[in-house]
Amino acid sequence: MSAFEVTLTIAMVVLSLCLVLTAIRFAIGPSLPDRIIAFDLIVANVIGIIAIYTEFTNNQNFIDVAIILSLFGFLGSITFSYYLMRINK
Amino acid sequence: MESNIDWLQVREIISCVLILIGVGFMLTSTIGLLKFPDFYIRMSAITKGATLGLGLILLGMGIYFDEPGTLLKVLAIIAFTFLTAPVAAHVIGRTAVQNNIPFWHRTNMTEFDKYLTQEHLNQYINHDRYKNVKAAESGDAVDGSE
Repeated sequence: MSAFEVTLTIAMVVLSLCLVLTAIRFAIGPSLPDRIIAFDLIVANVIGIIAIYTEFTNNQNFIDVAIILSLFGFLGSITFSYYLMRINK
Repeated sequence: MESNIDWLQVREIISCVLILIGVGFMLTSTIGLLKFPDFYIRMSAITKGATLGLGLILLGMGIYFDEPGTLLKVLAIIAFTFLTAPVAAHVIGRTAVQNNIPFWHRTNMTEFDKYLTQEHLNQYINHDRYKNVKAAESGDAVDGSE
């Protein structure tokens, strides 16, 4: 196992830990906007995991998945916040 | 002399350093999300830390695959993230202010209180902005005051 693979494994483990911590905030978040920003961070973490997985497998088709995911994460948070604005007017 | 350099190893080292720095930023912003006391402070931590960390991780990946197409896709993702993260944070923050999400008790609120007073005054001045329209529909005479 080379140093490069060790680094990628460490990065994967730390990003998975980040995902678990974000999920804790998603569960205990006292208000709905807290959950929206936790969702935003989950999307960012998953994009990072996809990038590291692309380096593991040397398969460059996964980068398109990251592009689509960054688009849909933005649309999701914008949609949730406009929904909150509507229901409280 | 240049033929002695193993370019694959150089790219691996640069990619390792960038990925480790980016993962450190992601971990910092996640701990900030979990530990900070207030919604607004948490949002600030996420918007700065996660965007920078994601940009560094993707840049490390683009440098590792030494191809123009991959680097172009990576730069597209980075540009899109840097454009959309502040916009999303702004919209969510405005929604939180409108929904009366509580502030931290040690936040300095003087400017925000001044802004709220000004907005309340403006609302009081033109609280019925469709007055002229309603008068015109009911057939009454419309006075010239806008």
